[in-house]
Amino acid sequence: MQTNLTTSRVILATFGWCSMLVLFETYALMSTFSFDLTVALADSVNFNLLVFTAGYVMFNTLKFYQPAPKNGFYLLVWSVALASLCAVLHRYAMAHYFFQDNVAYQEYLVGSHVIRGLFAWLFIALIGMQTWIWFYIQDQRASEKREQETLKFSREAELASLRQQLQPHFLFNSLNSISALAGSRPEEARKMIQQLSDFLRGTIKKDDQQLVSLEEELKHLQLYLDIEKVRFGHRLKTEIISNENTATMVLPALLLQPVVENAIKFGLYDTIGEITIRIQARSTDRNLIIVVENPFDPETSHPRQGTGFGLNSVQRRLSLLYARQDLLTTQAVGTLFRTEIKIPQPA
Amino acid sequence: MINVILIDDEPLARSIVAEYLRDFPEFSIVQECNDGFEGVKAIGIHKPELIFLDIQMPKINGFEMLELLEQPPAVIFTTAFDEYAIKAFEAHATDYLLKPFSKDRFGKAIQKWLSQRQNTEPKAETSALIHQEVRQPDERNRVVVKEGSNIRIIPVHDMTYLEAYDDYVKIFTQKEMFLKKKTMSFYEQSLDPAQFVRVHRSYIVAVSQITRIEPLEKDTHLALLKTGAKIPLSKTGYAKLKSVLGL
Repeated sequence: MQTNLTTSRVILATFGWCSMLVLFETYALMSTFSFDLTVALADSVNFNLLVFTAGYVMFNTLKFYQPAPKNGFYLLVWSVALASLCAVLHRYAMAHYFFQDNVAYQEYLVGSHVIRGLFAWLFIALIGMQTWIWFYIQDQRASEKREQETLKFSREAELASLRQQLQPHFLFNSLNSISALAGSRPEEARKMIQQLSDFLRGTIKKDDQQLVSLEEELKHLQLYLDIEKVRFGHRLKTEIISNENTATMVLPALLLQPVVENAIKFGLYDTIGEITIRIQARSTDRNLIIVVENPFDPETSHPRQGTGFGLNSVQRRLSLLYARQDLLTTQAVGTLFRTEIKIPQPA
Repeated sequence: MINVILIDDEPLARSIVAEYLRDFPEFSIVQECNDGFEGVKAIGIHKPELIFLDIQMPKINGFEMLELLEQPPAVIFTTAFDEYAIKAFEAHATDYLLKPFSKDRFGKAIQKWLSQRQNTEPKAETSALIHQEVRQPDERNRVVVKEGSNIRIIPVHDMTYLEAYDDYVKIFTQKEMFLKKKTMSFYEQSLDPAQFVRVHRSYIVAVSQITRIEPLEKDTHLALLKTGAKIPLSKTGYAKLKSVLGL
């Protein structure tokens, strides 16, 4: 639809340009050769109509066949042929059907033969070149759009697969806990099924681009923490610190769960005994800052090695969404490992 | 009575094994352990015939725990999802149970072990597993050794060099030396080749520890380490080291 509109616009512009040439040529013939208006007008209308038609033919040729730059030779030949045709047809028509008695005009017709041909060629070549550039740009735009779409698709696929990879271990261990509870404490098993279902539903329902309030994200996170506490209740303590200011600030949906999952894994598997995972949210002028802390053992772990899959995926996601690399930082302070996430707030 | 020990860091995961085991009255659970340290101790005391062992546990994983045992019992692994481990299990374990597992599946694992127990020595199975080259990702960052009754975890970045010593490998850190029953080729393959180079039939050295390289005799060199240790380099070892250093 859009292409058609643009095509008609090009034809209209070319037609307008030809009409102007008609006016100029009529004026030139009248003032230079003192032909009267009828003769001058007839000559220029006929010639310019021919040239316009040839230009349209050229345009259509290029519409269906776009030669590579190295095959530009064909275009040259084609434009010369069209121009010659214009010149010959014009001379034939004017000599045989109009103003046969006007000697001065007939003389002029023969004398201007070559320059006419050249002029027609110039015009046709110009149209050819413009058309070629125009289609070239259109092609470029189309492929750019395709590229963007492909990129978008691959991003979405990547995000989906990153998310996917976070789940299985957690899921199977949770199901195992439910299986254990089902025998001895069926009420608790039922409760955990409920928590797990709510958690999974929350995970499925949200899309990656979506921004949610911190309050909503923390609610979802709490489901996850409750499930982990069933599994590791004897060792795992959690602390969430946020305030009214931060509750309404926004962040990408499901961003925190892998960070906290990483903190829990790191904390639980790198130490023995009880651990506390602390999640703190605060605001600076334009950012939401979230800090997640877990204990670790500096004797045996290199914090850098301990970041693991969870944080890489978060880092990747943040850079895809915000085009910044500095939003996630980690730091070891004594026996605490701190992960800090900065979320720029929309203006 | 067949003595059994359960080793898993999730109490609920142990409780389901205990529950399923009630259907097999000839088995008796002598202890439940939260981690590999407790596991090593308990196995030393009770000498169980069979253990149920999780892979992912605090500080040391199930494989590393097995390595510390001189006479490992038969093992049935219980784990949620572990692509690395499954490869090893399929080749060598008595059996493995993927969580969550059913009572039927659990019963089959027990039957399998009981029939193996009559036919072959289960220890052979387990030790074959230990020597498998299939490693967990976290094992590339550390080595677990036993010093008397203590278990030590040596981070790989603390290691300065390794030396062959009969059936053992001596692992040197800044201040200490540990013995580990492994082969040099095991470490040559499992350590990061950009950081550790096998410079000699009997030596693997941490590249970051080298301060100087001196010629010794024709074709041989000597590497001086920050700790003052001197490591001989064979001709091929010297060439390998040069390529790692980008010389």
